[in-house]
Amino acid sequence: MAEPVEHIAPVALGPRVAELIADGGHFVMLVGLDERSVGGDGLAIEAVVATQSGLARLRAQLPLTNPSYPTMSRMVPAAHWDEREAKDLLGIVPIGHPDPRRLVLHEQWPSGYAPLRKDVPVDRQPALGDHHFVPFEVHGEGVYQLPVGPIHAGVIEPGHFRFSAIGERVLHLDARLFFVHRGLEKLVEGRTFARALPIVERACGVCTVTHALAYAQAVESLTRTTIPDRARWARVLLAELERLYNHVGDLGNMCAGVGFQPAISRLGWLRERLLQLNDALTGHRYLTGIVAPGGLAADLSPDGLAILPAALDDIGAELAAAVRSIIRSEGVMDRFQGTGLVGPAEARTLGALGVAARASGLLLDLRADRPYAAYGELDVSTTVFHGGDVAARFHVRAQEAHEALRLVREVLHEMPDGPFRAPLAAVPATGASEVAGVEGPRGASWLWLRAGPDGTIDRLRLRSASFANWPVVAAAVPGNLVPDFPLINKSFELCYACTDR
Amino acid sequence: MTGGSNGMIPAGDLDAAQRLRRTIQHTLGRSLHIRHLDAGSCNGCDSEIAALLNPYHDIQRLGIDFVASPRHADLLLVTGTMTRNLEQAAKRTYEAMPEPRLVVATGACAISGGVFAGAYAGRDGIGEVLPVDVRIPGCPPRPEALIHGLLVAVGRLAPFDPAA
Repeated sequence: MAEPVEHIAPVALGPRVAELIADGGHFVMLVGLDERSVGGDGLAIEAVVATQSGLARLRAQLPLTNPSYPTMSRMVPAAHWDEREAKDLLGIVPIGHPDPRRLVLHEQWPSGYAPLRKDVPVDRQPALGDHHFVPFEVHGEGVYQLPVGPIHAGVIEPGHFRFSAIGERVLHLDARLFFVHRGLEKLVEGRTFARALPIVERACGVCTVTHALAYAQAVESLTRTTIPDRARWARVLLAELERLYNHVGDLGNMCAGVGFQPAISRLGWLRERLLQLNDALTGHRYLTGIVAPGGLAADLSPDGLAILPAALDDIGAELAAAVRSIIRSEGVMDRFQGTGLVGPAEARTLGALGVAARASGLLLDLRADRPYAAYGELDVSTTVFHGGDVAARFHVRAQEAHEALRLVREVLHEMPDGPFRAPLAAVPATGASEVAGVEGPRGASWLWLRAGPDGTIDRLRLRSASFANWPVVAAAVPGNLVPDFPLINKSFELCYACTDR
Repeated sequence: MTGGSNGMIPAGDLDAAQRLRRTIQHTLGRSLHIRHLDAGSCNGCDSEIAALLNPYHDIQRLGIDFVASPRHADLLLVTGTMTRNLEQAAKRTYEAMPEPRLVVATGACAISGGVFAGAYAGRDGIGEVLPVDVRIPGCPPRPEALIHGLLVAVGRLAPFDPAA
C-alpha cells in the first residue's frame, strides 16, 4: 500500500498537518531525514497523518545549513516530542517550539552533534560535558519539588520524574526519559533487511512481535513480497498471544499499584503460564525471533499448537475469575475510579493511542482501521470505555485479553497448512520508502523505512505507542495525589525501551 | 561452576535453587539482597527478573529479595548495554552500595552490548564502567539461568564467619 509522498514548503507543513487532523485524521509521526544518501543535497522532514483514505505523507526539504521550519507543536501537540527528537538527532530546528529543551540526547551531549546525519559515523562517541538537566518546576508558597528516579525502587525501567506538589496534590509533572536511548535507528543504517531484524525487534523486549511485524510489513511492501497464508494467520496468533501476556501482566501490575497482593500473585502466575506457552510454541518466552520479512523464520511447533486450546480454556476461566475478584474488591475499585482522568478531547489532542485512547472514548484500532496479516478476515471487536480513568483502562485491558483469547481460538481453527515463508520478491530502489503500523499491546506502533542500495536500510524510524502516550501520562497526573502516580503510571503501563530506542 | 574453600558451592543431588538457598545461608548468614539496575535494556531481561518474583519461581523462598535502595544491597543485577545517558546514575548506584558487593552482568547486552554493540549511544557492555563478577548469558536469560547465575555469584563471596 505505497502512499505517494507530497512535497510541500516548510512553512506550509504545520498548517497542512493541523488541517488533516481537524478533518478527522490521526497524527502518525514526523521523521527527520538526511537526503544526501539518496541523491539530495540537504535535509528533510516528513509528516505522516492517517486519514480516511490512507496515509498522507508530506515532506519538506530543508537546507543543510540552518535547517529549520516553523514548529507545528502549538497546532499539533502530538508532534511535540517528534520535533524535539528530530532536533536532537538531526539538528532540524522547529522554530518557536514551546519546549526547546533536550529530549533524546541529554544536556551533557555536545551541541552540534547530530548522530543521524549521514556524515557522522555510527560508532562515534563524543566526549560528554557536565551540563545539567533544567526541570520545569512550579514555585510558590507551599509548593515543593519531588525528584524521583531515574533509578527506581522496584524492578522497572529508568526515567526521571519531577513533581511539583502542594500538600499531597501534584501541580505539575515533568517526565524526563530517554535514559535507555541505545541509538537503534543509527545502528540499523547500512545493514541488510535480514541483519537489522534482531535489532529492530529488540526495540522492546516485551513487544517483539509488534516491532518485528511492523518492520516485516514495511520490508514486504518495499520488496513487493506476498507472504504465504499460513504466515498471515500465524502472525495474528503471535500478535494476540503477545497482547494477552502483556495485558494479563499489566492487569496484575495495576493491582501492584494499590498493593492488592492476591491478584498480583494470581495474575503473575497466569502470565508465567502464558510465557511458558509462548516457549512451547516458538522456543522463546517472549516470541522473539519468529516473525521475519517474508513470513515466519520458523514454523510454529506442532507440540505447542496441540497443547494450546486446552491451556487457553483454563487460562481464560482463571483470568475471568481473577478479574471478577478485583472488580468486587471495593478497596481496589475505590482507588481505580476517578484516578488519572484523561478526557476524550485531551486524549485526541495529545494523540493518545491504544488502551489509553480506547479508555477515553476514542475508537482507534489498527487491526480494524488498517487491517494487516489476516485481521481483515476476522471480526475484531474493539473495546471502548468512556471513563478515562484508571478503572476504564483496567476494563479495556480485561476485555481485550478475552478478545485476544477468542481471536487465538479462531486462528487455530482457520490457519491453513503450507509454507510459512516466501523469499523477498525484489530489491527496492534506493530512496523508496514505506510506512507500516501494527496495533501492539500498548497501541499503534508505526515504522518508517527507506531503502538504501542493494537491499539495505537507509533510514528507519520507529514511533511506538509508548512514545505517543508518555505525554498523556504527564497530563493525567496533575490534580491527583503523589502516591497515586505509580498507579496512574501502571494503568498506562508504557514501555521506556521502545520510547527511548 | 566456581568452587574451592572460599564460597564453596556444595554439590550433590539438590537442584540449583536449593543449592543457592544453602549457599546464601552459608556465605551471607541470612539472605541475599539484590538491587536491580536497568542500564539500557530492552526490558526483556528485566521482565525475566520480575518473573523471578511470581508464584512459579518465587525467589523469596530461597532467601533472596529485591531492595529499593542500593545502600541495602549485596548484589547489583545489571541489564542493558550501559547507555551514555545512564552512566552517571549507574556509577552512583554502585558507589552507594556497601562492601562486599557483587555485580552481575545480566544478558547479552550487559555482557558485550549484544545486538546493540557498536552504537553511538551506549557502551559494549557494563564492564566498561562497572567491575563485573559474574556474567549470565541469554537474550534474555531464562529465570532458571538467572537463579544459576546468582548461585555462581554468591559462591564468590568469602564464607560468613560469625566470630569475625
